[in-house]
Amino acid sequence: MNGVNELEFFIDYSRCIGCKACVQACEECDTHRGVSLIHLETIMRADSVQTAPQVCMHCEEPICAQVCPADAIKKTDDGVVQSSLKPRCIGCSNCVLACPFGVPKYRAEINQMMKCDMCYDRTSVGKRPMCATVCPSGALTFTTREHIERTRQGVAIREWMFGGEAVKTKVNVMVPVEVQRVDVAVERLGGTRTDQYDVASLLMGD
Amino acid sequence: MAKPPVSIPELVSKFGPRLNRVPATGWSTDVEPDRVVKTHCCFCGQQCGIQLKVHDNKVIGFEPWEDFPFNQGRLCPKGVKRYMQDEHPDRLKAPLMRKDGAGFVPVSWDEALDKVAGEIRRIQQAYGNDAFALLGGASLTNEKAYLMGKFARVAVKTANIDYNGRLCMVSAGAASKKILGIDRGANPWSDIPKAQAILVAGANVAECAPITTNYLWQARENGAKVIVMDPRMTPIARNADLFIPVRSGGDIGVFNGMLHVMIERGWIDREFIARHTTGWEQVEEAVRKYTPEYAAKIAGVPASMIVRAAEIWGPAPTSFLLHARGIEHHSKGVLNCMAAINLVVASGRIGREGCGYAMITGQGNGQGGREQGQKCDQLPGARDIENPEHRKYIASVWGVPEESIPHKGLSMVPIFEAIHAGKIKGLLAVSCNPMVSLPNNSYIREAYEKLEFSCQIDFFLSEAARYCDVVLAGSLMEEDEGTTTNVEGRVIHHQKAVGPPADARVDWQIICDIARRLGAGDKFNFNSSREIFDELRLASKGGISDYYGITWERIDEEKGVFWPCPSPEHPGTPRLYEGGKFAHADGKAHFQPVEWRPAAEETDTDYPIILTTGRVVSQYLSGTQTRRIGALVDQYPQPLCEIHPLLANKLGIADGDFVKVESRRGSVTVRASLVKTIRPDTVFVPYHWPLDRAANNMTVRAIDPISNIPEYKICAVRVSKAPAPHDAIAELEMQAGGVR
Repeated sequence: MNGVNELEFFIDYSRCIGCKACVQACEECDTHRGVSLIHLETIMRADSVQTAPQVCMHCEEPICAQVCPADAIKKTDDGVVQSSLKPRCIGCSNCVLACPFGVPKYRAEINQMMKCDMCYDRTSVGKRPMCATVCPSGALTFTTREHIERTRQGVAIREWMFGGEAVKTKVNVMVPVEVQRVDVAVERLGGTRTDQYDVASLLMGD
Repeated sequence: MAKPPVSIPELVSKFGPRLNRVPATGWSTDVEPDRVVKTHCCFCGQQCGIQLKVHDNKVIGFEPWEDFPFNQGRLCPKGVKRYMQDEHPDRLKAPLMRKDGAGFVPVSWDEALDKVAGEIRRIQQAYGNDAFALLGGASLTNEKAYLMGKFARVAVKTANIDYNGRLCMVSAGAASKKILGIDRGANPWSDIPKAQAILVAGANVAECAPITTNYLWQARENGAKVIVMDPRMTPIARNADLFIPVRSGGDIGVFNGMLHVMIERGWIDREFIARHTTGWEQVEEAVRKYTPEYAAKIAGVPASMIVRAAEIWGPAPTSFLLHARGIEHHSKGVLNCMAAINLVVASGRIGREGCGYAMITGQGNGQGGREQGQKCDQLPGARDIENPEHRKYIASVWGVPEESIPHKGLSMVPIFEAIHAGKIKGLLAVSCNPMVSLPNNSYIREAYEKLEFSCQIDFFLSEAARYCDVVLAGSLMEEDEGTTTNVEGRVIHHQKAVGPPADARVDWQIICDIARRLGAGDKFNFNSSREIFDELRLASKGGISDYYGITWERIDEEKGVFWPCPSPEHPGTPRLYEGGKFAHADGKAHFQPVEWRPAAEETDTDYPIILTTGRVVSQYLSGTQTRRIGALVDQYPQPLCEIHPLLANKLGIADGDFVKVESRRGSVTVRASLVKTIRPDTVFVPYHWPLDRAANNMTVRAIDPISNIPEYKICAVRVSKAPAPHDAIAELEMQAGGVR
C-alpha cells in the first residue's frame, strides 16, 4: 500500500501530445544511458493525432516475472519491477510475449530483455523519473495522490482487466470518474477505425 | 561573388549537416560533471530552464531544472537533446574564406575581419552607405541584439538592418501596439490556468510551444472551455471543447462572426468599453455584416461553429486569448491579430488575474530580440527611429550626433528585393538562415548570387553561409553569457556553460572587432556582455520596454524579472494593463475595425489546393542546429506532405507515395502522409529543410503592408504523384535535403 506522501506515477493518455520528450529523456537516465525504454505509441495516425506513452506499469504480481523460466526479473520491496538480471536472462522473450502492456523488449545486441525500471537510480533517491519530469503536457506525472486528486478532474486507478485476467499495477492511469477499472476486451485489440477526428466530416456541420 | 565555391554535395560532405548521436564523453555514466550550470534552452520563446552538465569544458548532458517556475523541469525533445550540438563534428572552429573551386578554407581572424571591414568600406564608398545591409536574429541575446542595432547605426552607418523576427513576431507586435499600446504578451503564463474560456488561434502549441500544453490542460482541469482554430487537427485540437478547422486565411470570419454574435446576445462589456477604449462604434459597424452565415463563408467552416465559439467566449467570467503564426503569417496578418484582440477588449477581460492575452512568441529571444533596436524602424527600448525625441535620447546614450543615426531602413524581404534591384550589394548576417526561412526561395538564392560580398557569423555552415565570401566562426548560446526575454516578457539569464571551441569567438566580440576596423572602436569598447547589458539598460530607460531596473543579480534571485522595470526598486510588471490602463497616450485601448480581404494568392483552376506551412516538434526553425542532432532527425527525418484521403484519392495518391507539390514559384518532391486530420482543400508541408525539400520553394513573396511579415500560411499549389527522385540532391542524407 502506498503512503499518503509517497510519490506515485500517473499516466493521463488524453494529455499526450506525442512530442517524444519522454522517449528522448529516457535514454539520458543513468541506469540505461543511450537506451530508451519508454514506448510512445502512435495509435492510428491516418485517423487521429492520438498518441500514448507506455512506461512499465509495475504490476503487483508481474506477469513478466511469473513467466520467466530463468527467474531473471525481480521486484524490489518498494514495488518496482526491475529490468532482467544480466547473469540470469536467457533472452527467451517469454516476458515480451506475456506482458499485457507490451513493455519488455528483447535486445538482440546484448541478448537480454530490458524494460523501464521507473528510473530506479533517480526515484530511489527521491528524484522524479526522467520522463515524468520533462513531460510538457502532464501526460506523465510523478507526484502525490493528494496532489493529483486536487488538480485533476479524472480519477487515478490501477486496476485492469485484460480479457479474463485481472491486473493490479503500481502505476496509475487517469480515467473519467465513473470508471473503476480499465477493461481491455480481446475483441477490441487490433484497432477499429474511427472518423471522430475526420476534419472532412466536421466541416459538413450539423 | 556570393555563390557556393564548390557543389552542394561537396560542401555537405565537409560541413554537414551530419548527425551527432553520442554525448561528448560517450554514453558511459562514469564521467561525473565538474559543474552543473543552471541556464535556459537555446531554442524557442518558452526559454525553459534547464541545467547543463559540464565536464572538462564540454557539455556532456542535462538535468531538468525543476525550480525554475515557468517550466518546472518540463522540456520538449529539442530541449532534452540540445546539448548534442556541442562537441559537434560540423562545428565551425575558425574563420573561413571562400576559395572558388576549392571550398571554404580556414584563415586568421585578422585576415577575415580585415576582409569584412574592407568590403563594407569598398561597397559603401562605391554605392553609398545603405548599399550594405545587416541581418540579425531573434535567437540572439538581448545584448547581441542591442549590439547589432548600434553596430548598424554607429559603425556601419547603414539604415538597412532588419532581423528574422520579421518572419515571426511582427504582425502580433503591430496589432498589439495599435490596440493596446505595447508589443508584448499582456499576461504571465500563470494566468492561463485561471481562465474559464481559452481561444487558441493558429497556434500548434503541442509542437511549437510544447511547455504551454500543460498550462492549457491545467485550465481544462479547472473547468475552462478551450477553443482551437487551425486548418489541421493538431494534438491540442484533439482535446479542445471546440475545434474550428478554419480555412487558412479565413480567421477574420471567425473573429468578426463571434463579435457579431456577442453584440447580438449582449455579451459585451459596455461599461469597460465606455471607460477604457476608443473606436468601438467603428468596430460595431464593421462586424454588422458578419452574420454567422456570412462569416462562415469566409472561414470555410459551418456557421454553427462560430456561434458555438461566441457562446463559449462571450459570457465567460474570465478568458485568455493565445495566438501565433497561424493567423500572423499572412499578408493580412496584422488585421487577423487585431480582429482577435478586439474580442478580448470588447469583453473587458484583460489586465486582471485569469484575464488576458498573449501572442506565443516563437523564437528564443523573439520578445527581447524585437525591443533592442535591430529592427529597421526601431531604436533600443522599443523606440521609434523616426521620433525626434527618441533619436535624441539614443544619440546621447551612444555619444553620437542625432543626425548621424540613419532613418528607417528596409525590412527583411524588401532587403532581398533591393539586392535584386542592385541597390544593396553587400550583406552581413548573424542568427538567421534565409536560404531556408524566406519565402520564394529561388528568388532569395538569386539575390545571394547577385551580391558583391556576403558574410555570415555562424556556428555551423548553414545553407545561407554557403553563399558567403567570409564565414566568421561565432558562438552557441551556451558559449556566452547574456539575457533573453521569454514569451511572457520575463527577462532571464543565460549562463555560460563552456567557452567557444578552438578559434571560434563569441559573437559580440566579433561585432566589436569589425566596428573597431570601421573606426568606431570607441563606441564598441565592451569588455564583457554584462557591460553591453548595462548600456542596454540605460538605452532602454524611459522607453516602452524599460529594462533599467533589471540586473543580472536580480534575475538570478527572482528567477526572471518582467519588463517594464524602470528602477531597481520596481518589482517588474508580470501583467500589463491592470485597472484598464492601456499604453496609449490617452490611457485607452484603441479598437481597430477589421475587414476581411483575400490572400495574395488564392487557389484557381491551375493551382487548386491551399498549401500551408509550419513546424514539427523535433525540429527548430531552419534546422541549422536541430538537423544536426541524430535523435531529433530520427524522430521526423524528412518533410512529408500531409493530405486528406478524400483529396489524395481524387489525385490517385496513396500513403507513402512520392508527390510533387508545386506552386508558380517552385516545388518539392516529398512523400505523402494521408491523414484525416487536415482540411481536404489544404495540404501541409513543414519548412525546416533546404534545397529541393524546402517548403519555401513554393511559398509566395507577399508581405503584410504594415508588419512586412511574409505570407507563409497560404499559397496556391497543385499536387501530383511523382517518381522517386534520384538526383544528387535527393541522394544526400535527409537532414541535408535528401529524400528516402
